[in-house]
Amino acid sequence: MARAATTTDAFNAVAEPRRRQILDVLTGGELAVNDVVDRLGLSQPQVSKHLRVLRQVGAVDVREDGRQRFYRLNGEALKPIHDWIARYEETWSERFDRLDSVLQELKKEEGDGSDD
Amino acid sequence: MAVTTSRSAKVTLPADDQILITREFDAPRELVYKAFTTPELVRRWWHAKRGEMTVADIDLRVGGTYRFVMDSGGFEVGFHGEYLEIVPGEKIVSSEVYEGLPEGVSEEDGSTVNTATFTEEDGRTTLTLLIQAANKTSRDAIIESGMEDGLQDALDLLEETAQSIR
Repeated sequence: MARAATTTDAFNAVAEPRRRQILDVLTGGELAVNDVVDRLGLSQPQVSKHLRVLRQVGAVDVREDGRQRFYRLNGEALKPIHDWIARYEETWSERFDRLDSVLQELKKEEGDGSDD
Repeated sequence: MAVTTSRSAKVTLPADDQILITREFDAPRELVYKAFTTPELVRRWWHAKRGEMTVADIDLRVGGTYRFVMDSGGFEVGFHGEYLEIVPGEKIVSSEVYEGLPEGVSEEDGSTVNTATFTEEDGRTTLTLLIQAANKTSRDAIIESGMEDGLQDALDLLEETAQSIR
């Protein structure tokens, strides 16, 4: 199956569910690899592999301190992706807000048990 | 009395050629399904405040078709498709074609297969809408369609970022 390499396409890189999870735990701040491993219950090689991909597309930055490597989110690299999806999300959010009002009215009608 | 909190729809991209939209509603499943499949009700929410709905035709049966058209200040936005699979109250699979496809894009490339799934827990319903596009280019075009200015800048910036760290 032809796919763009995940290492050059940030959109693909962050589409992978495990990598999204890693980005989610990093939203709380910088973490050592082991902390990410603990929080997600994945193996260390798996986490390291995903972190490497995220680093290659610039989604995370790494800092070395002694033998430990600390990873943190690089918001600037992720912002375009966030913005890209956010506008689409907005349309659906507004659509579903409208649906919420319709549902509340339906609930009231059915709750009253009186049609018309 | 139940309180309705306005929540965001959550949009994720599970694969290159897919979009997944998830949203929870404070209503039982049969009501959400009804609001999703009844023309008079669809007219009240589908436009997302971006215009007036001029057409909401629904022939809810496998092989039946639907068509939604919105007039957005003189500009018509229309979608139509066919129902492919229906599990009443639980699931609807349908094709969808945007009627304003750019020249050169075939209907085959421009159409999607949408799977709407309704699940209820404690009187609340989660709707998931999986949009399966023909390929990544079409998928990306769908997301971009909801955007105006700023997109190109954002993508240029992303490309630069990706290249700089190659």
